[in-house]
Amino acid sequence: MSAPAVFFYLFGAAAVVSALAMVLNVRNTVAAAMSLVVTMISLAVVYVTLEAHLVAALQILVYAGAIVVVFLFVVMLLNLRRDTFAPSRQLLTKGAGVVLALGVAGAFLQLVPQALPTVQEIPPDFGSYAAVGRTLYRDFVLPFEVTSFLLLAAIVGAVVLAKRRLD
Amino acid sequence: MPVPLAHVIALSAILFAIGTVGALSRRNLVVILMSIELMLNAANVAFLGFARAWASLDGHVMVLMVIVVAAAEVAVGLGIVIALFRNRESVDVEEVSLLKW
Amino acid sequence: MEVLLPVVLKTLFIIGVAVGAFAPVITWIERKQSAVMQDRIGANRADIAGITVLGLLHPLADVIKLLTKEDVVPAGANRVMHMLAPVIAAVPAIASFAVIPYGGIYQFGDTTVNLVVADLDWGLLYVFAIASIATYGTVIAGWASNNNWSLLGSLRASAQMISYEVTMGLSVVGVFMVFQTLRLTDMGVAQDSTFRIFGFLEHFGLVESLGFLGHLTLPSWGILLQPLGFIMFLTCVMAENKRAPFDLPEGESEIIAGYFLEYSGMRFGLFYMSEFIEVVVIAALMTAIFLGGWSIPWLSQADIIGGITPVFGAGVATALCMVLHVVTFFVKVIVMIWLQMQIRWTLPRPRYDQVMDLCWKVMLPLSLANILVTGLVILLIQGAKS
Repeated sequence: MSAPAVFFYLFGAAAVVSALAMVLNVRNTVAAAMSLVVTMISLAVVYVTLEAHLVAALQILVYAGAIVVVFLFVVMLLNLRRDTFAPSRQLLTKGAGVVLALGVAGAFLQLVPQALPTVQEIPPDFGSYAAVGRTLYRDFVLPFEVTSFLLLAAIVGAVVLAKRRLD
Repeated sequence: MPVPLAHVIALSAILFAIGTVGALSRRNLVVILMSIELMLNAANVAFLGFARAWASLDGHVMVLMVIVVAAAEVAVGLGIVIALFRNRESVDVEEVSLLKW
Repeated sequence: MEVLLPVVLKTLFIIGVAVGAFAPVITWIERKQSAVMQDRIGANRADIAGITVLGLLHPLADVIKLLTKEDVVPAGANRVMHMLAPVIAAVPAIASFAVIPYGGIYQFGDTTVNLVVADLDWGLLYVFAIASIATYGTVIAGWASNNNWSLLGSLRASAQMISYEVTMGLSVVGVFMVFQTLRLTDMGVAQDSTFRIFGFLEHFGLVESLGFLGHLTLPSWGILLQPLGFIMFLTCVMAENKRAPFDLPEGESEIIAGYFLEYSGMRFGLFYMSEFIEVVVIAALMTAIFLGGWSIPWLSQADIIGGITPVFGAGVATALCMVLHVVTFFVKVIVMIWLQMQIRWTLPRPRYDQVMDLCWKVMLPLSLANILVTGLVILLIQGAKS
C-alpha cells in the first residue's frame, strides 16, 4: 500500500472515531468541540492524500482555526459546563434520525465493492493554490462574487442577532 | 496508486450519517450546529474524492464555496444561540417550541 | 535514508539554534533590556562559584527552579485537558520553523543544498494554519483550570486571536502579489536583488535627466515594497503572540495571570517558553518575508560566489557564501527580536475594546486598502511595460 493510502485509512478512521466521540458525548460540550477539532485536522490530512493541498491548508485555517474556536468561545461565554437537560420527550425524532442516517450510509456503502473509474495520472500542480486559483477566478467568477453577498448577509445577521439593543 | 474512489465515498457517507444522527438526536443547540458542520465536511470529502478521480479542479472550488457557507452558517447560527440563551437561559432545542404545534 | 538525513540535520540545526540557544537567551535579554530601559541593573545574582557572567546563568536557574516545583492541578479541573494544554500551546510554535528558510539554495557540484526543512509550495499558508491551531492551547488552558479568571483570559485570548488572524492574513496579501509566490524560499530569492528607486520614470524618458539619482538602487525587500504591510503584519503577529502591549489575556492587573493562572512548575514554564519561541518565530518570519531573508543588501548570491571563486575555487566560495547568508539571516533575526522587546517595554497595555477597535476598525480597512493600491500599482507597472 502506498504512503498516501496508509495515511488516508489511518486519518479517515481517526476522523470517524472523533466524529462519533463528538456526537455521543452528551455531558461535556467543550470536549465535544475538541473532538470536532480532531475530526477537522484528520480530514485535512485526508484532503492531502486526495492531492488537495490548498483545501487542506484552508481546512485547518478556517475550520480548525476559526470556526471551532468560535464554537468554543460561545460555549465558554455561556458557561455550558454540563448539559443539564430535562429528560427528552421526543424519542420519535431520535429513532427517525438513526434510521435516516443508516439509510443514507447504506445507500452509499453499496458503492464500496464496485471499482469506480479513477484517472491515474494527474497534472503536477493539481490542487496547488495557483491551479485552484486559476479555476476559481476564470471559470467560477460569478459564484465567487456571489459568496461575498452571502458573507455580507451573514455578518449583518450575526451583528443584529448578537447585539443587545439596536440604537 | 491513488485511494479508491469508493473508499472515499464510504468515508464521506459514514461521516454524513454520524452528522445526521447528531443533528437529529442531540438537544444541545451548539452540538447540533457542530453536527451540521460535520455533514458539510462529509460533503467536502466526497467533492475532493470526485475531483481527484476525474482530475478536475471544479470540486476544489466547490469545497471553497462550502467553507464559505459553513463560516456564514456558524456566524448566524451562534448569533441565534446567544440570542436564545439571553432570552431563555438554555440552549435546549426542545424548550424552543413556541412556533411548533 | 539519503533523503531523510539532510532533513533531520536541518531540523536539528534550526530547532537547536532557535529553541535551544535563542529562547533561553531571550529571557535574559528581556530582563536586561527592560533594566536598561528603566535605569535598573537587572538580573545579575545567579552564580556558579561566584561567577555571574552578567546574569547569563539566570535562564539555567529558572529551568532548575521550574523543574523542581510542585505541579499543581486545581480541584475540579479537567485533568487531561489541563495537562495537554501547555503542549498544545508549545508544539505549533516549534512546528512553524519547518518552512522558514534560514539560507538560500546552493549548488555544490551535482548536489543542491536547500537550507529549509520543508520547502512547501504553500509555505506561508502552513504558517497561518499552524498559528491558528496555537489558539487551542490558551483556550483549553483557561477552560480546563476551572477558574473564573482563567476563563476570562481564555475568552479574551480566543476573541483577540481570531480577530487578528484575519488581518494577519490580509496584511501579507500585498506581499504575495508583489513576489507572486507563497513559497518562502522563492520570496527570499526574489528579495536577493535590487531595484532602481526612480526606475519607473524610464517609461517617460526622464531617468537620464536625473543624473546619478537614476542609478540609485535599493534592495527589493518586502519592507521597502510593502511598508504598510510590514507594520500591520508586525502588529498582528505580536497580537497573536499575546505579549505586551497585547497581553490582555494575561492582564496581571485585571485578571491576575489569565489563562495560565492555575499552572505551576514546568507546565507554566512551557507556556512561558512557547511565548519566547514565538518571539523567535515572529522574528524569523518577518526576516524571511520583509527583511530580505538571508540576502545581503546590494550583494546578490551570484556576486558573492563570483567574487570569491577566482581566489578559493567554486566549492569553497559557495560554502563561504552559505555561511555568510546564514549569519546574515540570524543577525536580522536578532534585530527583529530587539525591535519586539523595544515595543514590548515601550507601550502600555490598551483597554480591551481599544484592541478590538484597532483590529476591526483600523487594521482591516487599511489592509484592504493596501491590497487595492498594490493591485493598482502592479497593473500600472505591467501596463507601462507592455
